[in-house]
Formats: sequence, C-alpha cells, structure tokens
Amino acid sequence: MTTAMSPATAGDLTAMAPSGLNPPLWLLAELTYRCPLHCVFCYNPVDFAAHTAELDTAEWRRVLQEGRAMGAVQCGFSGGEPLLRADLEDMVAEAAQLGYYTNLITSGVGLTAERAARLRAAGLDHIQLSFQDSTREINDFLTNTRTYGLKHEVARIIKDNGWPMVMNVVIHRLNIEHIGRIIEMAHELGAEYIELANTQYYSWAFVNRDQLLPTRQQLIDAEAETNRWRDKLGDRMRIFFVAPDYHEGRPKKCMNGWGNVFLTVTPDGTALPCHTARMLPGLSFPNVRDMNLRDIWFDSEGFNHYRGTGWMKEPCSSCPDKEKDLGGCRCQAYLLANDPDVADPVCPKSPHHDRVMAAVDQAESRAAGAGCGQAAPFAGSGVQPLVFRGPKESLQLAAAGAKLKTTDH
Amino acid sequence: MSQALQPGSKPVIGKGFRFQWEPAQNCHVLLYPEGMVKLNQSAGEILKRCDGERDVTAIVADLEATFSASGLYDDVVAFLEMARPQHWVSWS
Repeated sequence: MTTAMSPATAGDLTAMAPSGLNPPLWLLAELTYRCPLHCVFCYNPVDFAAHTAELDTAEWRRVLQEGRAMGAVQCGFSGGEPLLRADLEDMVAEAAQLGYYTNLITSGVGLTAERAARLRAAGLDHIQLSFQDSTREINDFLTNTRTYGLKHEVARIIKDNGWPMVMNVVIHRLNIEHIGRIIEMAHELGAEYIELANTQYYSWAFVNRDQLLPTRQQLIDAEAETNRWRDKLGDRMRIFFVAPDYHEGRPKKCMNGWGNVFLTVTPDGTALPCHTARMLPGLSFPNVRDMNLRDIWFDSEGFNHYRGTGWMKEPCSSCPDKEKDLGGCRCQAYLLANDPDVADPVCPKSPHHDRVMAAVDQAESRAAGAGCGQAAPFAGSGVQPLVFRGPKESLQLAAAGAKLKTTDH
Repeated sequence: MSQALQPGSKPVIGKGFRFQWEPAQNCHVLLYPEGMVKLNQSAGEILKRCDGERDVTAIVADLEATFSASGLYDDVVAFLEMARPQHWVSWS
C-alpha cells in the first residue's frame, strides 16, 4: 500500500502513457443524423441531409469492438436522435458486453417505458436528456415541436429505471433568463447533473448566432443565479456551467485537445476528432469502412494534423498559454477567420478578434434597440428569422455552399 | 442518507458508477456519466473490496493480510470519507 490516496482525475490523461499518444477515452457513435426535432442550435452539420448512408448494425459492432480493443472506455450513442435506430438495443448490448460505460444522448423522443426496459436489459448505464427550456412555450418553439410534456414523462422513465441522469440544456438569449427555473426543474426531475451549455456557435447555431447570442448582463446574471443554486443544492446535484467563449475572450481547449480524448464516428462512418471537424477545408478524414479505428486514431493525417502545437502560427506559437488552450478551436478559426490554421478569434490576441467583438456588440445593441429583455423572446427585431434545422433547410444550405452568410464581415 | 463512517459500515460503489480494471490504463478506474477517474493502487484495492457485504473492519483486515501491512484503518477511513462526497461510495 502506498500512502498517497488521491487518485488521478479524468483530465490527467497525460499521466497515462508518458512515451506518446494515448488511446481515446471516448468513442462517440453518431448513429444517425435523422431527428424528430428541429433545434435552431443543433450541432449536426448544416449539410447533414447530404449524408444519408448510415453504417449498418454489423459495421457499428465492429467499430465498437475496435474502439474497446484500443482502450476507449466511454461509449456515447448520439445523433440526430439515436432512438430512431431500431437496432440501438443491439449496439448498447454489444458495448456493455465489451466493458464500455454506455451513455445514451437523447432528446427522449421515442423512449417509451418498453424501450427503456429493453435498453436497461441491454446494459445501458446512463442517459443524458436534452431539454430546451423550463417553459413549454420556449421548449416547443426552439425545437419546432410539441415535446415539453413528453420530456417530463421521459425524465420519469429514466428515474424509474434507476439510471443516473444528466440533463443538458443549451443556453442562449431566448432561455438564459429562465436559468434558475431550469436548474430547479432539473432538481425536481431527479437529475444528478445538469449541464448548462452556453451555445457554441457552429453549424445551425452559427446560422442563427445573431438571434441566440446573449448580452453580457444576461450572462452575468445567469452565472450569479447558477451560483446561488449551487450553494442551495450542495452535492445533491452537480451543476456545470459551460463558459461562453465569445464573451469571456478565452479560447477553449477544444475537445480537450485535437485527437486527444474523443473519437467521433459519424452516421456514414467518417471518423472525426470532433463532431464538426468535417467542415474544415483541406483535411481528409478516414472512414471506418476503409480503415481500422486504431490506424485512424494513431496514423491518419486528419487526426494528426492539429495534434499538439507544431501546426501553430503566431500569435499562438510563442504564446505562454499555447499548451493550455492549444490555440482554441479550429472550426471557429475557420468559421470566423476563414483559415483553420490561425488563432481562435475569441482570443484577444487574435488579429480577427474584432469579428467576435462585433457579434457581441451586436447582441448588446439589439437588446437595447428592441427593448428585448425577457418580455419578447419571440418578437425578433426585423433581422434574419431563426432557421430551424430540417432536411429541406439543410439541402438549401448545402447548395448555398454551407459556409454561410454570417461570415460576410 | 449516509451516516458517519463506522467500523461496521458496509461501503458499496456509488450508484451509477462502474468500477473495473482497465488494461489499457494499467489501473483500476471508476466510470461514471461522461467521465473516468483513474485510481492509484491503494484506492483501487480499497474500492475492490467495497461490495456492500464487507464492513470497514473486514476490508481493513483483508488489506492488511493481502499486503502484509498493519495500521491501515485510518488510511482506509480517510479515503472513504473523501470518496463519499464524490459519490464514488455510499453506505447506510
């Protein structure tokens, strides 16, 4: 017995294999891009409708086996809506039998008591349920559906099955002022964790950014309210508040490092270091139909390209924080500066930082101009209307070249 | 709810956590919703014995026998008291 009793934490992955690259901690299986919801902040690619070929059950089984063999321990089934795959139970059973901790990341649409019982029998460890808001009006508006009542029912099914529950709520201008009520609701529904995920502006959220970006004051108030609930609930429910990087001016260590923790497999079998990386120009990402997961992770050009710090330009390459944030997010650099090799423009040292500031200032002036506040979240103010995620809209955006008008600065 | 740890308490791995040996990490781990805690050897050896059947006295006796050690009671209690607020273990 040693006397040191403090274990390493999940973030301490560098301790694993001092002589080189570690295996992924996470295998994220995006089973389908199909989804009954139409969320305005969806992180699926805007051209998802152009990618319709899905891996079949046998191919997914092989992917799960290859991931586990190389040391992945967390398996996330997401989408789209993974419950739309009729073979979900088979894949959960395979993953559980292989020794993964199995996570279902779902909107809850399609999770009946019968289906839940089958998933539990298959060995499902945990469900993350997305919620859009504490109010029926905004939940249903943001998803362009009537799902609010259903989600309460699903939360009850999750608890009845004894699963731990993480609730994920994407936070933005239209629901941020309800944050206290959202936390309270999660607690009432029995969630062990709630992730208050300030919107990351990619994909559909980027299309709708000017409608979704909150004001500085809204964020300050939301964080204060969150802290009040942390004090009140103690360790009964953990509350994660995902920092809003546009406002904080601090680039995030995106995906905890490119090709460091996460390996995402998209519905058509493309392997990605993050779920939005496919947008990046000039990179090719392998398909699990053509290459073993181990070779993809360790040897493919797509996974190696932005690993570490060797790819950096100034101001990143001489920055004292370069190991800490790894230059921020490559997709954000591409979306905002049109170059995936430059510093993430949310960083104040970026020569493109003014583009982020302009977006933040726009949110301030719109709020002031519209007298918006919490009174009229739906009123809009004469700018571009919200674009709901859907196959028709996706094909239109794909045809328009996918990189989208909001980048025209 | 849990009470203060007693010699007769029977700790068990927390609900929603899975404890297992990971060859790729060469250590015991606790898996939980969306994360992993890698455990050092002593933490792993303690948690391996937290099966809800054995009480603290029995866990300490087994550890002392296995590792030819003595006086481990305080270390084990300190670890369990640290682990409980993280929900890694519980006892009634």
